[in-house]
Amino acid sequence: MQHVPGVDRGRVMLYALSTCGWCARTKELLTDLGVGFSYVYVDLLAGEERDHVVREVERWNPQVSFPTVVINETKVIVGFREDEIREAVGA
Amino acid sequence: MPDAVSDGEVDRFTRDLAREAEAGGYHLNPDREFTRDLVRGLLANQERYGYISCPCRLASGDREDDLDIICPCDYRDPDLDDYGACYCALYVTANVEAGKRAADPVPERRPGPAERKRQKEERAAVPGDLKYPVWRCRVCGYLCARNEPPEICPICRVPRERFERFM
Repeated sequence: MQHVPGVDRGRVMLYALSTCGWCARTKELLTDLGVGFSYVYVDLLAGEERDHVVREVERWNPQVSFPTVVINETKVIVGFREDEIREAVGA
Repeated sequence: MPDAVSDGEVDRFTRDLAREAEAGGYHLNPDREFTRDLVRGLLANQERYGYISCPCRLASGDREDDLDIICPCDYRDPDLDDYGACYCALYVTANVEAGKRAADPVPERRPGPAERKRQKEERAAVPGDLKYPVWRCRVCGYLCARNEPPEICPICRVPRERFERFM
């Protein structure tokens, strides 16, 4: 897991794929908004670690699709939904 | 983005895909940088898994299990109809390509593992009393009545394994 430092808007977690254009846009948006967030490229994980993270994503988004953004372990945004993401991080 | 793939390879494969797409009446996303990044992802998956699975979906690495998300995926055409783009937005409709409308965000329509298994069993159990079985290409919908599906779909060029028994 990587952390991008920025303004504290609660715990912002981005589950992404390193090959996906919409995941890249989501990461760019959060970076541009100056919000502190963590991200993980699930496709680059292997074995037990990958299984563990996939189950974690499944808990928030049963379809296990990407990008999935989880804010403060409560609000879940699936896909690059710019307005929803902006609103959820209060930017 | 993975950087194991050279720019030259990405350019070449993008050109090939664009040519094939246009020949078949499909269109690549006109946002060149976005499309190049998706193609880079496809080539990264080719390296990793041995096939170009969708860059925006998590592949299992088991070809049989990932067959429906090998690009072009089984879901491209219905997503083009409903949203103007496929799930990863590599392919768009003519209207979107021409800038006449923007593509909508595309929700995931691929069913979960249990439902995929059920559908597969259902497809295998097609009753048939026709002189020839009818095979359907799951990518483009091409139908043919013959003992086995063709080696390569004559319309969209995907291999035999992408066909299902239709009647």
